[in-house]
Amino acid sequence: MQQIIYFFIRNKNFLLFLLLFIVATGLTINSHSYHQNKYITSANFFSGSIYNWKSGIVDYFSLKEQNQALANENMRLRTLLRTSQDTIIPQELDSTMLPSPFTYFTAKVINNSYSKTKNYLTLRKRVQDTIETDMGVISSKGIVGIVNKVSNKYTSVQSILNTNSKINAKLKNSFHFGSLIWDPETKNPNEAKLVDIPRQAPVVVGDTIVTDGKSTIFPRGILVGTIKEFNLSDNQDYYDVTITLFNDMTSLHYVYIIQNNQKEAIQQIENLNASGIEAQQSTNQERP
Amino acid sequence: MQNSDILVNIGRFLILIVVQILLFNHINFLGYVNPYPYILFILVFPFTGNKSLLILLGFLLGFFVDIFSDSGGVHAAACVFIAYLRPLLLKFSFGVSYEFNTIKLSKADFGARVTYISVAVLLHHFVLFLLETFNISHIVLVLKSTLFSSIFTIVLLLCITLLFSRKN
Repeated sequence: MQQIIYFFIRNKNFLLFLLLFIVATGLTINSHSYHQNKYITSANFFSGSIYNWKSGIVDYFSLKEQNQALANENMRLRTLLRTSQDTIIPQELDSTMLPSPFTYFTAKVINNSYSKTKNYLTLRKRVQDTIETDMGVISSKGIVGIVNKVSNKYTSVQSILNTNSKINAKLKNSFHFGSLIWDPETKNPNEAKLVDIPRQAPVVVGDTIVTDGKSTIFPRGILVGTIKEFNLSDNQDYYDVTITLFNDMTSLHYVYIIQNNQKEAIQQIENLNASGIEAQQSTNQERP
Repeated sequence: MQNSDILVNIGRFLILIVVQILLFNHINFLGYVNPYPYILFILVFPFTGNKSLLILLGFLLGFFVDIFSDSGGVHAAACVFIAYLRPLLLKFSFGVSYEFNTIKLSKADFGARVTYISVAVLLHHFVLFLLETFNISHIVLVLKSTLFSSIFTIVLLLCITLLFSRKN
């Protein structure tokens, strides 16, 4: 017994080091698996309020830029409104029209990172907005990321510049879709990669990439970027496309969080399908 | 440690964290190079101080930086690593006798100081980027980030130590 105690006393520094190193590595691994780290994010009250205080000071330096962005967005939306009024016969409101499937909330970016391999943003939201994890985040120019953690006043967002993120996107003028990922080797905050585009797709440099409405996170047609270059992947069946993002990820001020009001209904039917398939498979296996 | 020493160290701990998260995490030189001079706390912690305490404080230091940069525990792991290896680094750069004569970093020989800071920074940054990337196939990226960030941090730390060294 005494020997053991002496051993501990003699090696106490090494044991303490080992313990803390394992704890830290555990936290790191936890943060890599999606939705596991509950408390150690910048969305908590403590770090949120410090970032909020900082953005309260720094924001004044970019007021001009923000006003310009707002004016540009208004112009774009007014043009859209004008063209839709001119070309489409005005729809009468009637009882068969469903409420919009998407609700938008605004939030302010109080912290933004874009130089690491796993980048996150911290947003300040309104207390009454019911933000949940897995909601999409966009800015006036295009896609930004997906909500990762929510607290009362703050939200942390997994940016598209994160090696964990994988978002469904398609070519604007065809229905061929692929996955939007970020290549950390280049560490370029203005570029992303679109992989698994089938070889048959009409890929042309300069074409627009938009989100595909196949997941419950983003509606169809949110702008992503334009094609910069493309080449066939190693197995010659798919294109690897490099995209120049519309959004300047290094300068984000106000963003929109998208809530899909039909998410539960969609997930319910998908789960029903999945469990149905599983049940079918198990009955298949039981049969000799 | 005397009372004034404790206060100086607490103050240094807090100031370095605040400066790191509000200023140095957002420099993004050439797009992605950020310095991490907050490890100065571990480097200048009294050389005769308690080693277990330093490891524990190193963990807390890294942990706070982690909370603010959404990085899990990478800074905590890297800080614990160099806090544990610090006695070895001191022996390596200042010779065996560092424990007996109370050297201060600001009064040490310039060459020894550069060695001490450089080795500590390189080790810290390597562990940091290795855990942050967490993918052995991106080892070139890890080495590249380590090299660029280390140069930045070392230059910064040398400037800081020169600036704040008290002349006697």
